[in-house]
Amino acid sequence: MADLLEVSALTKRFGGLVAVNNVSFSVREKEILSVIGPNGAGKSTLFKLISSFLRPTSGQVRLKGERISDLAPHIAARKGVVRTFQETTIFKNMSVRENVIIAHHLRSTASLIGFFLGTGTAKADEAAFGASADDILELLGLSSLAGEIARNLPHGHLRALGIAIGLATNPSILLLDEPFAGMNHDETMRMVAMVKRLRELGLTILLVEHDMPAVMKISDRIVVLNFGEKIAEGTPAQIQNNDKVIEAYLGSEDEAIGL
Amino acid sequence: MTHNMKIASVAAFLAIVFIAVPVLISASGRTDLYYTLTSVALLSIASAGVWLTFYIGRINIGQGAYALMGGYVSAILVVTYGWSFWLTLPAAGLFCAAASVAIGLPILRLRGVYFAMVTLVLTEVARLLALALPVTNGAKGMVSIPLPGALSVFGLIIIPDFATLHNSRLAFYLLAAALMVACFAVVYRLVHSRIGKLCQSLQQNEELASSIGVNIAYLRVIAYAVSSFFGGVAGAIFAAISQSIYPSSFTVTDSVNFMLNCFLGGLGYVFGPMLGTLVLYFGWDLLFQTGQFQLLIYSTLMIVLMLFLPNGLLSLAATTRKKG
Repeated sequence: MADLLEVSALTKRFGGLVAVNNVSFSVREKEILSVIGPNGAGKSTLFKLISSFLRPTSGQVRLKGERISDLAPHIAARKGVVRTFQETTIFKNMSVRENVIIAHHLRSTASLIGFFLGTGTAKADEAAFGASADDILELLGLSSLAGEIARNLPHGHLRALGIAIGLATNPSILLLDEPFAGMNHDETMRMVAMVKRLRELGLTILLVEHDMPAVMKISDRIVVLNFGEKIAEGTPAQIQNNDKVIEAYLGSEDEAIGL
Repeated sequence: MTHNMKIASVAAFLAIVFIAVPVLISASGRTDLYYTLTSVALLSIASAGVWLTFYIGRINIGQGAYALMGGYVSAILVVTYGWSFWLTLPAAGLFCAAASVAIGLPILRLRGVYFAMVTLVLTEVARLLALALPVTNGAKGMVSIPLPGALSVFGLIIIPDFATLHNSRLAFYLLAAALMVACFAVVYRLVHSRIGKLCQSLQQNEELASSIGVNIAYLRVIAYAVSSFFGGVAGAIFAAISQSIYPSSFTVTDSVNFMLNCFLGGLGYVFGPMLGTLVLYFGWDLLFQTGQFQLLIYSTLMIVLMLFLPNGLLSLAATTRKKG
């Protein structure tokens, strides 16, 4: 399979602190790749670098061969790299459906002035966004909550809404930031099934996660970071038996890495 | 509200503004009310601009700067360069919009109280500039600005020369009211189109908005430019009505009032700033009779209103409509 996203020699320094140090890996098309590592390993920084929310000190990120690091976040999103957020980052005072509709922004063909004047293109856009939003809500099991104000949703549904917003942008690669954080076992299993379904629909997924059992279940491949450096890369089975990984997690319970 | 009800309420509003008010005023002979209502209309235009910046999640206490700028641009163009007032009106708006783009690009990156503080300073900077620049005639201000001349297109006179009218107060009232209606129509349309939703997305979560591909910097600057355009136009007409403009014509107090108008009317409602301006302006005047206690009572009332009606006066109407 071809490489969709390529991270090469990516480095980010904050003053004297090297948060991400010379990390390289690539994400293949239609795969689920997880980035794991102990707290402070640089996962979040790496995530922000890939989604262009931070600029790398050196190195670069390429999507389908095109350099996307150094772009503004909204332009990276336009190119097809879209992130979801940790916790509950949604438009909290809009309804669930409105949240998903607004996230179709990238697909709009009408200009802002077109929307202001209510031209035919703008109306066609609105209708298409509405229909597509309904499909996405259906897919993620949110249809019954479409009219609900987003801030009133329970935790598990909020996470699903976050993913719905990401999907609406029609990304080439969806970056999920700790999609299982704060979820109980059942919710996690449901989310694992959902993410797998997204992949079946042809999406490529890169996720950053703490929940080891879920990561082991969901990932095709795993990249392990420690102190900002990549210490291992491979299938879940390979990672579970990697000495360096076990060492990095030493001090934490063995079952934390699924042993 | 159904479509028909909307049309009916717009028609009723227009009838009140353009027919009932002039008829009542001429019947009662209180022509001084024209000046008051004209001021309300103009202040509500400037407030509508402030409201729009609230809508993208920015507290704007700098509208006075643009009103002052608009007033001076119009006055200078009319007095020094002999332009027709009717040309200076859009020119003042566009000048302010352009200035706000230059100012907004750096400062709109700030959020919350930091943006508010910078805009507050902006009003003071505008006043000091008006004092210092050679074209503004310093502290003496620009005086005896001629009244707006006739506006004609292809020889057809659309608006007569204000100086020849025996009742220029009515003419100014109609001008201000018409502009107010136009400005609020624009804001209403903005808010109820997709642009409104995009602005809301900025207000609620800028990071998420940018991750779904919204060019947040661009949208912020556009909203701020429209806001300042309104401020500039309102200022230009003020200068024309009073036929003068001074560095102290719009001060920090005015900037704060523009913001209070929005708070009082309701930040969630397009017509909030209009109602807020009307109530605040007349409320202040009514309290004049209390003499030295005017400011005390006024401030207390404002605090009480904000405590009990944090979403503004229009939230009262919204809740009764829901219950009924």
